[in-house]
Formats: sequence, C-alpha cells, structure tokens
Amino acid sequence: MNEMTIQTPVRKAAKVAGSKAVVTLKEHIVEIISDSGEGAQRCGQSLGSIAARMGNGIWTTEIIPAEIRPPARSVAGASGNRIRIGSSYITNGGDETDLVVAFNEQVLLGRVRDRELKSGCIILLESMWRKHQDLNVSMSYIETHDRLVAAGYKVYEIPMEQECRLLVSDARRGKNMFALGMLCHIYSLELQLARDQIALTFGKKAQSIIDSNVVLLEAGHKWAQANLDFSYRIPSIHSAQAAEAQIVTNGNIALALGVMASGMELCSMYPITPATSASHYLSEVFEKVGGIVHQAEDEIAACAFAIGASYASKCTVTITSGPGYSLKQEAIGLAVMGEIPLVVVNVMRGGPSTGQPTKAEQGDLMTAIFGSHGDAPKVVMAPATIEDCFYSIITARKIAETFNMVVVVLTDAGLATSQQPFARPKFNEAWLAPPFDQSPVPKGAKPYDWDPVTGLARRFIPGQPGGMHTLTGLAHDRLSHVAYDADVNQESLRARSLKLAALQRTLSPPTVFGESAGDLLVVGWGSTKGAIEEAVAVLQAEGRKVSSMHLRFLQPLPPGIKEVLAGFKKVMTIETNWSDSPDEEIIDESNRRYSSVAILLRSRYLVDIDCWSEVKGQPIKPGTIRRVLLAKLKGVKS
Amino acid sequence: MNATDCLLHMYDEQHDLEDYQSGVPRWCTGCGDSAILAAVQRLCRDEDLRPEKTVFVSGIGCSSRFPHYMKTYGFHGIHGRALPVAEGVKMARPDLTVFVNTGDGDCCSIGAAHWIHAIRYNMNLTVFLHDNQIYGLTKKQASPTSPRGTKSNTTPRGSYLDPINPLTTTLGVANVSFVAQAVDWIPESLFEIVKAAYHHKGFSFVRILQRCPEWLPTSLDPWMQDPNKVQLLHHEDGLQLSAGLSAVYKNQLQHDPSDINRAREISAHEDVVPVGILYRNPNVPCYEDTRQTGVLRTNETIRKGFEAELDKYAA
Ligand SMILES: Cc1ncc(C[n+]2csc(CCOP(=O)(O)OP(=O)(O)O)c2C)c(N)n1
Ligand code: SF4
Ligand SMILES: [Mg+2]
Repeated sequence: MNEMTIQTPVRKAAKVAGSKAVVTLKEHIVEIISDSGEGAQRCGQSLGSIAARMGNGIWTTEIIPAEIRPPARSVAGASGNRIRIGSSYITNGGDETDLVVAFNEQVLLGRVRDRELKSGCIILLESMWRKHQDLNVSMSYIETHDRLVAAGYKVYEIPMEQECRLLVSDARRGKNMFALGMLCHIYSLELQLARDQIALTFGKKAQSIIDSNVVLLEAGHKWAQANLDFSYRIPSIHSAQAAEAQIVTNGNIALALGVMASGMELCSMYPITPATSASHYLSEVFEKVGGIVHQAEDEIAACAFAIGASYASKCTVTITSGPGYSLKQEAIGLAVMGEIPLVVVNVMRGGPSTGQPTKAEQGDLMTAIFGSHGDAPKVVMAPATIEDCFYSIITARKIAETFNMVVVVLTDAGLATSQQPFARPKFNEAWLAPPFDQSPVPKGAKPYDWDPVTGLARRFIPGQPGGMHTLTGLAHDRLSHVAYDADVNQESLRARSLKLAALQRTLSPPTVFGESAGDLLVVGWGSTKGAIEEAVAVLQAEGRKVSSMHLRFLQPLPPGIKEVLAGFKKVMTIETNWSDSPDEEIIDESNRRYSSVAILLRSRYLVDIDCWSEVKGQPIKPGTIRRVLLAKLKGVKS
Repeated sequence: MNATDCLLHMYDEQHDLEDYQSGVPRWCTGCGDSAILAAVQRLCRDEDLRPEKTVFVSGIGCSSRFPHYMKTYGFHGIHGRALPVAEGVKMARPDLTVFVNTGDGDCCSIGAAHWIHAIRYNMNLTVFLHDNQIYGLTKKQASPTSPRGTKSNTTPRGSYLDPINPLTTTLGVANVSFVAQAVDWIPESLFEIVKAAYHHKGFSFVRILQRCPEWLPTSLDPWMQDPNKVQLLHHEDGLQLSAGLSAVYKNQLQHDPSDINRAREISAHEDVVPVGILYRNPNVPCYEDTRQTGVLRTNETIRKGFEAELDKYAA
C-alpha cells in the first residue's frame, strides 16, 4: 500500500452548523448517480415525489446505463435520476445539473464527459474511495477529485458509507436514504414527507426495513445540517393548477393507465426496451379490471394476436419499440386492409437496428406514417407530455373504432422514463369502449359498404347473425370477395384513404405558442414540447419575435397549418431524429436530408422550412434550442 | 332480436350443407383441399354449428383460401400468421368455434415459431395442416415437409434436406394435447378424424396428407396405390373402424391415444402412413381458461380499479 495515498489530506466538509442562510431559488437541477443496484434511482424518484408533495413543479429523468449490470465504478455505468425542481410548472428536464450526489467518482466522470453538469456545480461525493486499499482505486479517486476541483466544481467529500455503517450493517444499500436525508435538508423539504415516502415505497416490506431506512434518512438530514455550509428553498407553485389534485407518473405508467381507462381489454406485447415497463405495470393491474396482457412469442405474433382479438371484439393495443415496430409492419398492413381497429404504441428509442435501446429518439415517424408496403393509411399521433400519454391512448382507441383504422401512438424513451405531476384524471365513462355489436346484420348490408364521401364502413363482428364473410388481406370488394375486377382495387384504396381526410376534418388547428406572426416559427412534435416552449418563452421575454407550434397529429396533419406558417418570415423544425447539416462539405440543397416533420411540412405546404436536429440519445435541452434559434434569428431581418 | 328470440331461433335452426357453402372453390381439379372442405362442411352440418359463431382463420397459400368457401365468418390473413390471429380471436371470444387452415409452408416454415408456441398455449382451436409437401400457390418450391430429393423450382436437382416431421415435432412440444393424421383420399376416416379433433377441447392438430396434382402429381402414389402402406389406428378410446374401411385397409394397429411414447414411435414411420388419433390428453389446461380473470367487467369495476391506481400515484 502506498503511504502517500493514506497521508493525502482529506478535505472534509467544514463544520459550519448554524452559520448559514437559506438561499431562495427559482429552480435547481439535482442528480443522484451511483453504480446500478446502489439505489440512486429510488433516491431520486423519492426526492421528486417529496418535492411534488411540497407543491413544487418537478421533472425527473432516469439515468440508465445500457447494460443491466455494468462493471462497478465504470464511466458509462452511471445509474440514477435527475430531478428538476422548480417554483413553477416544469415541462422538461432543463439544461445542465446544478447539484450532484455521486457514490463514486467514475460515474461522475461519465456525466462530466457528457457535459451534463453545469460548470462550477456542487458535487457531493462519497469519500470512502480516498482510502481504498486498492491503490488504483484511490489514485483514480484522488486524481479525479483534484481535477474536478481544479476545473472549478465545488466538491464536498462526504463519508456517506462510513456514517451509514454506524447505523446499519449493509451500508452500501442504505446509502441512498442517507443521501435523500441530505437532500431534504439542502432543499428544505419536510422530513415527514420523506418518512411518508419511505413508508409508501417499502409498504409491502417488514416494518423493520421501513424503520432502518427512516433512521438513515434522519441521519443524512442531521449530517447535512451539521456539516454543509449551504441550503436552499425552492418556493412551491402558487396557482390554481397546484391546488388541484395531482398524480405523478412516468410516461409508460401514464400509457398503461390510459389503456385501462380506454376500456380496451387486451394488450398483446413482446418485451423490448424502453416500452416494456408499460406492460410490466399493466400486467400487474390490468386483470383487476378484467383485462389481459398477453406476452406473445414475438412482435409479429403480438400484433397478429391483437388483430385477431380486435377483429372479434373491441379494439386492442400492442405496445413495442423500434425493432418490434419494424417486425409488426406486415400485420399492421393487414389491419389497414381489413379495416380492423388497432392501437399500436411505439415507445421510440435510438435506431436503426438495435441502436440505442435506452435512449430517446424520434426516428420512427416516417416508418409510422409510411410503414408497411403499398398504400397503408393509418393515423399517427404523438403525445407531447406525460399527461398526454394518458389521454392519447383514450383518443387513439376512439379513433381506431370510429374509423376502423390503425392508430399509431409515438412516444419515446424520454417520456417513458420521465416523471411529472399532472392533474389527476377525472374518470369519464365516455372514455370506455362501448360493448361490441352482436345484433343481426340488416338484410343486404355488405361488410365493406364504403361511404362514397368519407370512405367509412361499419364492420361486422363474428357472432352477428347475417354478417358472415371472410375478411381478407387480398384486394376485395364490398362483399369482402377477393377482387379480380380492375376497378375494385382503385375503389377500395380510395375508401381507405378518404377515411384519413374524414378524420382530418374533425381535428382542430394547432395552437400557436406566442404571437401568430413574427420572425421565426419553430415546429416540433412529441416529447420536445416542453423544451421548445421554454426556449421560445425566454426569447420572447427578450423581445424576440419567435413562436412555436407543436403537432399532436402527424397523420393526418390537422387543418390550419398553412395559415400559421404564413405568419412567419422563417420556419424551422426542432426534432430528435437525423438531418444532414448544411455545413457539411458535400451537402447542398440537392442532397440534404431533412428531419422528418420538416420533410412532411415542406412537401405539403411548399414552404422552405429549415430544420435542426440532434440524435445524442438525450432529450434536447432548452438552452441548446435557445442557441439554435438565436443563430437562426441572426439570418432574419426584423 | 332479443335474447329469448335468439335461443328459440337456435333450436329452430337446422342447417343444411348449403348453409356452409360459399362460392366455387378455385382449387385445381383433384386437389386434396376439396376433400378437406367436404369433410369440414359435413362436420359443420352434423354438429349444427351456428355459422355466425364459427370462424375459419387461415394464412396464405392455396389451402388458406379455405375460409372463402365457408359461409361462416372467416379470416384470410397473412402468410404464416394464422395461428396467432386465431389465438387472438379465441382469447377475446371463447364463445366462438375457431378452426385454422394452414399449409406446410405457412405452418412449418414461415409460421414455425407460432406453431410451436400455439401447441404450448393449447388454446381450444381445431387446426388442419394441409400438407401437400410443396408450396402450391407460389408455384412449386420445396417446403420443409418435401421429402429429400423433391425436384422443385428452387431445387431443380432435388431438395437437399430431410423433411420436418410435423407429427413428431408437435408431439415433442410441452402441453401437446391432440395430434392426429389423416389422408385426403380416404373421406370416411378423414371425416372421423376431423370430428374427433373438433370434439377435443384444446389445440387439436391434424396433419392431412393432401394431394397436389398440379405440382406433385405422383408423389403420394405409393401410399394411394397400396392400401397396406396406410396403417389405420384404432382403439376403444380412439376411433373405431367401420366394416367397409376394415375390408379395404387391412394394415391396422391398435393404439392407445394416451400413450405419448408409442405415439412418437408410430409417427416416426415413413414407409407406412399412420392414420388416426396419435395422441389425446383432455387434461391439459387451455391458455384462454388459465387467463380468465374472473372479474366481471363493468364500467364500475373499471372505474374502481382505475381510481385505486390513481391513488397510488397521488402527489
Ligand atoms: C411474407 C410472405 N412471404 C412470401 C409469400 C409468398 N407465398 C405465398 S403462399 C406461399 C407458400 C405456400 O405454401 P403452403 O403454405 O404450403 O400452402 P399451399 O399453397 O401449398 O397450400 C408463399 C411463399 C407471402 N405471401 N408472404
Ligand atoms: S396448386 Fe396444388 S395445392 Fe394448389 S390448388 Fe392446385 S392442386 Fe391444390
Ligand atoms: Mg403446401
């Protein structure tokens, strides 16, 4: 063992009890990171819930390593949670982190390298590594520590494990509650709320487990009070919205609650990240209301199973992510052709191929709209918030059954794993699917009696006397007979296409965030809404003539968009999918590949719409968007 | 119509063969699918199945055209996926009688994963594997059940691999509950086997050796021309042989359908074709029963369950 290491002076947090003032903040971004299995996730989630109960706006984002158990102390192995706490309603994860609790310096290093930490941010670092018997470990700790200090970070070395060991035997596992206690002190959160949170989290376990966690929580709180020279208060939201009953969930839980509340009775799936947690939750609760989650042998079977069930009863749902979505394509085409209602949820991840399973991307929009061979018109919608994940499923079910269409709901890994409070939904019986029709079919009625104007036809469900016919994926006529006649294919494609137009006419034009005219309009869709609007709001406050528009329906596009576009000198989209940068040496207007919504808008409205996109697997930060918009505005003469 | 009418109607109704016939089959003359259709239509009539409560699900292939020729509900889906579609139908609607028609390419090649899992789910479906040992619809390509050496458009010098034996394969999967083999050229036994399959509660798998005079006009000749190469299985718990059948087919074997090991041995024979019930186990649970929630779905149950979940996430 190296003597030098041991003798390196330990910079302990100064004893400053009593000498500090509580600083009031508008918001703060806090991160808790550890090796996986050390409980940073739970600590972060609990912090978010406690802050929400304090009346703060929050947004929590999971930090997930790609592997289930990455090696301990590895740079890419950070597992934890990032919580943005504010005194106003929070719509996204925000920019860089203000304060981080790290259980080792390696996971911290990963976050620094990813530029996730604000320069000079506060770091509360587990100090046990300094005296680690493995020389490599202690050296690496000291080196990293010193570099962070030199780089201007405010590093507090904290003997978390040592303190926990005084109280419990398995200190490594209990540290997260000690950290939670510290954070409760730092952010002036009520300790009782934290105790309640522990009781809720460990409710199913023995009282002794709850008690020992509370002991650690209180110890952390006390330690921070005695040893840290700062503390904050983030006032709660004072608004009507805050007064309403709220629930806090992530996007996947919201999706699953939506399935429950939509009256659908069957969810058929095959496990895939990041969609699976929705099905995990549904598997736990769906049966309580008579629903079934079927884990099929693959995504093709999952989709076919859902289609079979939809065909014979109420609309069903199948939930997946990118690779699984690709596998479902042929079956989706069958549902389109047979006019079988079906809700398909694609929780998008990084692609192509296996891509980045745990990371967020919006790369599947074109596949959703144009996927499956031939002309296969389907509805595509994208929730923009966690609350929206809930309501979108209810809307999707309704559209699917009204129009006998496939409705694709696109969320992403960001929405799936982020948490946000929203108004507790007020159950409405009108959300529920009506019982399926078993009445006799009127004499002479045909299984595909396409309305000449809207293309709509009522469907016949097995069990209906007089409705017997064979549904087929082959081109078919109004009797569902295989069509050999040249005109029939034309007629049936027309009908299926018109249904989209019929739906489009019922949609309301998207609202504009900000003035309806100006220098620049930003268009986004899906999970980027919060970040875009936050960036736009800052620029608006600075007097810039920027507005934004967020699209919830991508197929069909709602009416009124052209008029909105016309009010602005420049239009651009912000997306998390690929687009070529015009700055590339060999890229020009003849070969530049635009991002998805930019392509859609350009082709439909013949407007020269620019785009900016990023595929770093992280939600785009409002600060990044602000910089992009400022650069774009430079080119506009006000 | 109210519920009582419905019941009355049910008892009134007596169905004729025509009540199950739809359109003119477009199979080639002499195609074994026609014999299967005749047997199944007879079954529907004899069992007096209600056309509106009966669904035939198929994939893609010549044989998968089957539902179009039935005047019941039908679902002619996509290649290889008949089984998962049928499972979805059955899961949502246990009250419906569901049949599946699938070809050897449909079931044993592109849909092979679904086949294996369907056996394991053991849902109450009656499944006919129309095994003509060739891809019919796409014009003569080797299938996984083509005997080695089969000359086809993709194997002009003869196919390279030994075929999959659908019977031993099915008998090797967990939860297998009914396996039978029939041949299209003995209508009486075909009907009896189809009927036994229909009456079994569970996944009833019937492999039917089906002639394809268009692409393999002589391949089944050795078995058709020599009655001794067909071995009729009989047992007091299985099928009983009529005097007529017994007179023609002298190669008979008493086989207890509850004996899975013996069933596997018999199924492995290739020189003679065993015809009859190879295996039956009425005690394997059906997935759709296992998955019954026992919860009566009303708006009120859903509301209550939903509110209870919201309580968990209350901020
Ligand atoms: C995904 C897909 N691949 C290929 C085909 C083309 N195809 C149609 S039927 C068939 C094989 C038919 O053989 P089989 O299942 O044995 O049925 P049969 O025609 O012999 O009754 C093929 C390959 C298709 N329709 N879909
Ligand atoms: S090609 Fe063969 S299987 Fe197809 S209809 Fe003709 S005879 Fe029957
Ligand atoms: Mg075949």
